[in-house]
Amino acid sequence: MKYRNPDEQGFYGEFGGAYIPEMLYANVENLRRVYQDILDDPTFLKQYHDLLRDYVGRPSPLYYAKNLSTKYNTNIYLKREDLNHTGAHKINNTIGQILIAQRLGKKRIIAETGAGQHGVATATVCALMGLDCVVYMGAVDIERQAPNVARMKMMGATVVPAESGSKTLKDATNEAIRDWINNAEDTHYIIGSAIGPHPYPDMVTKLQAVVSEEIAKQIFEKTGKDYPDYVVACVGGGSNAAGAFYYFLEDERVKLILAEAAGKGIDSGHSAATSILGKKGVIHGCMTLLMQDEFGQIEEPYSLSAGLDYPGIGPMHAHLITTKRAKVYAATDDEAMQAVYELSKIEGIIPALETAHALAIIPRIGAKPDDNVVISLSGRGDKDLTTFMNYIPN
Amino acid sequence: MNKVRKAIEEKGSEVLNVYFTAGHPTVDKIVDIMQSLQENGVDLIELGLPYSDPLADGLAIQKSSEIALKNGLNLNILFEILKQSKNDLATPVIMMGYYNQMLQYGDEKFLDKAAAAGVSGFIIPDLPMNQYESQYLDKFKERDLSMSFLISPMTEGDRIRQADRLSDGFVYMVSQSSITGKTGEISDQQIQYFNRVKDMELESPRLIGFGIHDHNSFKTASAYADGAIVGSAFIRTLENGFSKEKVSSFIQSIRG
Ligand SMILES: Cc1ncc(COP(=O)(O)O)c(C=O)c1O
Repeated sequence: MKYRNPDEQGFYGEFGGAYIPEMLYANVENLRRVYQDILDDPTFLKQYHDLLRDYVGRPSPLYYAKNLSTKYNTNIYLKREDLNHTGAHKINNTIGQILIAQRLGKKRIIAETGAGQHGVATATVCALMGLDCVVYMGAVDIERQAPNVARMKMMGATVVPAESGSKTLKDATNEAIRDWINNAEDTHYIIGSAIGPHPYPDMVTKLQAVVSEEIAKQIFEKTGKDYPDYVVACVGGGSNAAGAFYYFLEDERVKLILAEAAGKGIDSGHSAATSILGKKGVIHGCMTLLMQDEFGQIEEPYSLSAGLDYPGIGPMHAHLITTKRAKVYAATDDEAMQAVYELSKIEGIIPALETAHALAIIPRIGAKPDDNVVISLSGRGDKDLTTFMNYIPN
Repeated sequence: MNKVRKAIEEKGSEVLNVYFTAGHPTVDKIVDIMQSLQENGVDLIELGLPYSDPLADGLAIQKSSEIALKNGLNLNILFEILKQSKNDLATPVIMMGYYNQMLQYGDEKFLDKAAAAGVSGFIIPDLPMNQYESQYLDKFKERDLSMSFLISPMTEGDRIRQADRLSDGFVYMVSQSSITGKTGEISDQQIQYFNRVKDMELESPRLIGFGIHDHNSFKTASAYADGAIVGSAFIRTLENGFSKEKVSSFIQSIRG
């Protein structure tokens, strides 16, 4: 088990840990003490899987994308997380965390969101369980993901704009952490990606792992092979990738591929290609790769997609990348946009802009005609329609 | 004994530690601000290293950090400024910054430069105590740099003991579970916490910070600890520019 589990302190190799101010220590430590027991508890597992089946609609299909496969001369399977209730993989994690929050006796939930998918998934489970919900969202993202803001509000959540820095995901995360410091006793913070202080990266990974558990079964049913040759996922903080990879992490036959957002180009100064542009450091409570200057000031990332412009990456992913277990490619805004239009036209599926980064790199990964390639179709594109309509192709 | 601990012990009570963000309102006033604080009898000066993502800080410190960074302040410039002025400054200077700043600068180089610039100690709120002990304690001691760890109302007893053992500056008592910059009255619940820690009879002196913003809160905090730390309130005073008069009337308003 080289890749799956962090050590006792939350380290995946040299990445992870919990670098937090003392005001957060009690909450994070409390969570660390109990999370594994809760995740293993049969009552929890039953509640979690019942909700995933009846409320979220799992298992999500693994769809053989015939036209896409023909086009790229390989076998492409789409793991349809876009068909989940609320339209993305994010809800797998929020269902699990709301059950954990209830067990901890918390009355109030906070979350950060970029594209708004995690915010919506959090607002949804809070409505379901009757808990107060406050979602922090960068002011820029509130503009570009308006439908998701409306959905959160309809479900009773309060959406608070983050006005600092680049007014995007990083800043929303800062505000959520500050809220947690101020409301440590009654509040649980549902982090939306495989980031943050230990135990969050591991907890979120394990709550998303259902995705690869299903892929393993489904790929066997469809191909007679019990593993895919490739699993490809886009990466912001890394939760959909973590979920799609988890069961294959120790299986070296499976090539793990991450797609980062290059924005306007890796060297353009407007990019979110964290693993390429980043160096080791601390962001939001964990040691990982992040975009920063020589003085450790965190840089403001850019991507047209609101869910990928995060200057860091989950510590598990940093470990997978630096040990070369996973390979990273970067797709630009334009490449992602072309992939959106391509999948829409040839498969009749409009993907989220984040997801499109994983589709955009298919021609580059080196898949052969006999290979089976699973792509994490992490979300649907409804939220991005305005961006799609305003896009002027280069 | 390091300079920070010595200054606290010599003063005995009502120790006043004043925080400001280096580079706010301007870079060229860093030394003037420190000298004014010294002239007004401040016991410790806490110099904040402006950071892009100050997680534990409220609006006043966030804004001042943003301005300081826009003003071009960085660690190279700051260490140079401090080095040039260190002979005119007897008041101990403590740097407060986030761990990533020390890490990226290169931790040994960071500590060497700080020591050469006359810095007496550090507060690094997101550096875990265990890691400090295993990786940094010796490096701090070799350079005669003190460390001060934070405790909060939610910190359990054995952890308070650990902070006490590892803090050779002082134990930084965060007055309430909050970020910096609150301006309310000190509550009974806070006083219970102050008393609970006082009764533990720690080895290290205790300074209370976060939300100490006027004479009343300073007096109350000082009654339950060796002194207090004022930050956001002082930064707000400097928002429209530095003057000696502003600093002295602010310090008088705190001390009373
Ligand atoms: C559809 C979709 N995919 C991917 C992401 C990126 O997040 P992560 O890297 O945690 O999967 C987001 C984030 O908002 C998203 O909405």
